[in-house]
Amino acid sequence: MELLNILIEITTGQGLAGLGAGAAAIGAGLGVGLIGKAALESMARQPEASDDLRANMILAAALVEGVALFGIIICLLVALG
Amino acid sequence: MVRHITRLIISAVVFTAPITAISQHESHGEEHHEEVENSHDAQHQETLHENSHEAGHGDSHHHDDEHGHEEKFVAGDFIMHHIADANEIHFFGDVSVPLPMIIYVEGKGLDVFMSSSFHSEHGGHGGHGPYYATGPSTGVEYTKDENGISAKDHGEEVAIWDISITKSVFGTLMILTLMILMLRLAAKSYARRPGQAPTGLANVLEPLILFVRDDIAYPIIGKHKADKFVPFLLTTFFFIVGCNLLGLIPFAGGFNITGTMGVTIVLATLVFIITSINGNKHYWGHLVSPPGVPFLVKFIVVPIELFGIILKPTVLMIRLTANMSAGHIIILSFVSLVFIFNNSYGAAGGVGIGVFSTLFMIFMYFLELLVAFLQAYVFTLLAAIYFSEATQEPHH
Repeated sequence: MELLNILIEITTGQGLAGLGAGAAAIGAGLGVGLIGKAALESMARQPEASDDLRANMILAAALVEGVALFGIIICLLVALG
Repeated sequence: MVRHITRLIISAVVFTAPITAISQHESHGEEHHEEVENSHDAQHQETLHENSHEAGHGDSHHHDDEHGHEEKFVAGDFIMHHIADANEIHFFGDVSVPLPMIIYVEGKGLDVFMSSSFHSEHGGHGGHGPYYATGPSTGVEYTKDENGISAKDHGEEVAIWDISITKSVFGTLMILTLMILMLRLAAKSYARRPGQAPTGLANVLEPLILFVRDDIAYPIIGKHKADKFVPFLLTTFFFIVGCNLLGLIPFAGGFNITGTMGVTIVLATLVFIITSINGNKHYWGHLVSPPGVPFLVKFIVVPIELFGIILKPTVLMIRLTANMSAGHIIILSFVSLVFIFNNSYGAAGGVGIGVFSTLFMIFMYFLELLVAFLQAYVFTLLAAIYFSEATQEPHH
C-alpha cells in the first residue's frame, strides 16, 4: 500500500522532477567520468602534455555539466512551478 | 592595462546596476509558485501568529501539515528564499541591514526610501508579509509579497520600474569597489618599483593576472590579437571570482551574486556584443554562407548557426548561474536536513543529523572554493574561445 502511494505520488506530482534530476545526474556523472578517465590515461601516457590536457579536460567537463544543469533547472522549475 | 580595467569596471557598473534590479523584479513573478500562494492565503492568519512567536527565526518557513498534527518545515521554500535576491542583507535571526528602494512610478515620479519602511499589517517586520509601505514623494501604496513589489494609487494598479539597490546590486558594487582599489594599488606598486620583483598585493595578484593572460588569452586568441581582449577577460575573471567568494562567506548576508540571472545575463551580453563587434569577414561569412555546403543544405545550416550565436552566450549565462546557485542549494539542503530531522524525530535526530550535515557542509565549502575559481576560469576560457572564433583568419 505504501509502495502504491509512493508510485501515485511519483506519477501525479512533482516526484517526476526528482527522477529527472537523478537522470541528469547520471548523464553528467557518466560524461564527466569518461572525460576524467580519458584525461588521466592521456596524462599517464604523456606526462609532458599534462597542462594542455588539464585545460581541455576542464573545458569538456564544463560543457557536459552545462547540459546537465539545463536538466536540473528544468526539474527545479517543475518542482516549484 | 589598469586604465582599461578601470574603464571597463565603470561601464560594467553602469550596465549591471539597473538591469540586475529590473530582472530581480521580473524574476519574482516567475519564481513564485501557486502552491505557496494558496497556502499563504489560506493560512495567512496562522502563520502570522506562529511567526510572531518565532521572531528570532523569521526565515524558516512553517506551515501546517495537511494532516494537521504538526508544523511542517518546507525545505524548498526556505532554500529558494535564501538564494533569491532580496531588498535587505539578512545576517542571522533579526539582524539585517535595510537597503535603499528606488522605484520609478510611471507618470508620478521617483520614490527613494529604505526597505525598512516596509512593515506587515501588524506593524512588525517579521514573518511572511505581505508588507506595506507608502512612497514618500509620490504617495503611492507599495505592497511587497511573494510576487515582488506592486504599487497602488487610490486602489488602482500603477506601473513601476524597480531599480532598487538590491542585495545583489549592493554586492556587485562592493566587489567592483574592492577590485578598483586592489588593482589600482597593485598598479601603483609596479609604478613605484620599476624593474623589481612585486611585493605585497601585487605579488598576490600577479600570478592570477598572468594566468588569465598567458594561459587563457594568448594561447587561445593568439598573441598579436589578444591584447585587445585581455582587459575584458581580466575584469570578468576577477569580478566572477570576487562575487563567488563573497557568496561563500558564512553569516555575511548570503550573497548569491553570480547565481542571480540579472548579473550573469549582463556578463553574457557583454561577451555577445564584443564577439559580434569584433567578428571579421571570415566569421560572418562562415555564419551567413558556409563555403562548401550544398545550396539547399544552407537553408538548414544557416539558421542553426545564427541560432548558435545567441545560444552560446545563453549557455554561458546559465552555466554560471546554475553552478553557483547549485552550490548554495546543496549547502542549504544540509542545513534543511537538520530542521527536517528535528521536526520528525525530535531533538536527538536533529543533533545526530547535525553532526553529519556539518561535516558534509565543510566538505561542500571546500568544493565550492574550488568551483568559485573553476567557474570564473571556465567563463573566461569560453569567452576567449568565442573571441578567437570571431577574429580567426582564414587559413585554407
